Amino acid sequence: MTDTIVEHADRTLEVGTPLVEMTGVGKAYGAIRALEGIDLTVNAGEVTCVLGDNGAGKSTLIKIISGLHPHTEGTLKVDGQEVRFGSPRESLDHGIATVYQDLAVVGLMEVWRNFFLGSEIRKGRYPLAPLDIKGMREIADAELRKMGIAVKDINQPIGTLSGGQRQCVAIARAVYFGARVLILDEPTAALGVKQSGVVLKYTAAARDAGLGVVFITHNPHHAYMVGDHFIILKLGRRVLDKKRSEVTLEELTAEMAGGQELEELSHELKR
Amino acid sequence: MSSPVATQKPPPPTEEVERPKKSLLSALLTRPEIGSVAAAVAIFVFFFVIAEPFRTLPALSTVLYASSSIGIVAVGVALLMIGGEFDLSAGVSVVTAALTASMFSFQLTANLWVGVLVSLVVMLAVGFLNGYLVVKTGIPSFLITLGTFFMLGGINLGVTKLVTGTVATQNVADMDGFASARAVFASEFVVGGVTVRVTVLWWIFFVALATWILLRTRLGNWIFAAGGNAASARAVGVPVNKVKIGLFMGVAFMCWFYGMHTLFAFNTVQSGQGVGNEFLYIIAAVVGGCLLTGGYGSAIGAAVGAFIFGMTTQGIVFAGWDPSWFKFFLGAMLLLAVVLNLYVKNYALNRRS
Repeated sequence: MTDTIVEHADRTLEVGTPLVEMTGVGKAYGAIRALEGIDLTVNAGEVTCVLGDNGAGKSTLIKIISGLHPHTEGTLKVDGQEVRFGSPRESLDHGIATVYQDLAVVGLMEVWRNFFLGSEIRKGRYPLAPLDIKGMREIADAELRKMGIAVKDINQPIGTLSGGQRQCVAIARAVYFGARVLILDEPTAALGVKQSGVVLKYTAAARDAGLGVVFITHNPHHAYMVGDHFIILKLGRRVLDKKRSEVTLEELTAEMAGGQELEELSHELKR
Repeated sequence: MSSPVATQKPPPPTEEVERPKKSLLSALLTRPEIGSVAAAVAIFVFFFVIAEPFRTLPALSTVLYASSSIGIVAVGVALLMIGGEFDLSAGVSVVTAALTASMFSFQLTANLWVGVLVSLVVMLAVGFLNGYLVVKTGIPSFLITLGTFFMLGGINLGVTKLVTGTVATQNVADMDGFASARAVFASEFVVGGVTVRVTVLWWIFFVALATWILLRTRLGNWIFAAGGNAASARAVGVPVNKVKIGLFMGVAFMCWFYGMHTLFAFNTVQSGQGVGNEFLYIIAAVVGGCLLTGGYGSAIGAAVGAFIFGMTTQGIVFAGWDPSWFKFFLGAMLLLAVVLNLYVKNYALNRRS
């Protein structure tokens, strides 16, 4: 399962090198400040977990890194160079790939077409040049087999795969196309225990291959299994920023569950 | 520079993948065209049995010509619908194209080919405007093109009256370039005693081209993705907005082409025509398996849909029935097609691995 990742991962990645650095990054939608003062570093070979409740600003954070919405404050550096992404393509060209929870794939399209969507192999450079369909089928098939994803038919619509398999195809696709930073948006949110396990294993494999991973979730248990660094967002602000060695699962869970607020609530509701 | 990173031994593949040969029936049932092909065969057999004149080759030629009159624009409309959008202005656009070419050449006494090219530019601009407005405002294409539908309808009548004083354009049959333009857009020739209209050949050519684009090119992949899941396509770098604007321009191009046919086949253009044809194009595409929600469909299906239209319009006449029933039939076909499409889509998606 991990050999495909190692095969395609950038050989120059060195564990601990900062790939993405955010300093004081914020985003305002008109008068509404969705995010402010975020410092975040994504190092090669590490998983940075971003936790937060609904509306905490997780999605906004991803959108800034993946190029869907540019930030309005602070600086975003990729490989030490300041950038401001205007489109997902720009972000992809910097080696940043995002796998979204629900919009990872186009359900009615075949597995192999999804695998190569946006990076199709063509038999020529002229307009309307034919696709190398045979080649793409073989590559997609081989890559998925190596990952142990049982696909009955590479030509079947990807909507027929299970949720976990679809996530894995999306992750494998990102890595195959040379991603150095992988952003996973709630990859386990809609999955059962077993399917989540598959995705978590694959996340760990990406980390071990030297990629920088941003793992967005509201599940501290999943985060703690793979994370090296934890950030908790609340109402667009950072409320916790700790390394794995400085925090326990209990602390994370309590903080996620609402921390102080929750204690007050339980006091109020005490019977 | 590179540092060795620890990797676990890859676990053996969890399940050995078994690949049974897909059954032919199951493979067929996931094709978008299947419903329309079955319906076309049934309708063909029906009229073949019931209407004697339907059985002749000249009748087939008439049917094919009627089919191409819907089919050419339906190709563009089908691609647009697969791309997740909708164009209600296609019917009147055909007339706008013909009026533009005719009046421009006539008023300036220019060669007709100048008018033809000016019309092409105007039509591509209309298509661009439709697409640009849909993409930039995010308003459903139903509403945007409903607006352009009425605007173009009004322009067609208003400008024609201003320029010619009547609701039709002058005859262009004796102008420079008419013969060559007619040869391209509206000629006919005889093969084995049967008259074939050139639009039938153009129709087949456009269907083949569209099928090639959809199934064999990167652009086709992008069209399916833009209609199937625009957000997902955008996230992997597909230029969804450009694809959609291009598709609207594709419809406009087909409208221009068919508009040129009407101009050079009839020499004059009635400015009030075209209203209602947009629905015929959409019905042909939907009967042919295009989902209204996008992401699924085929150009061949739209061609079969147009062929069903041609067979029925002509078949009802050959059978000696009141043509009023044609509309009822059209509506019933649409309903059947929509239900069948839903079934095919669910079948395709529920074929669990």
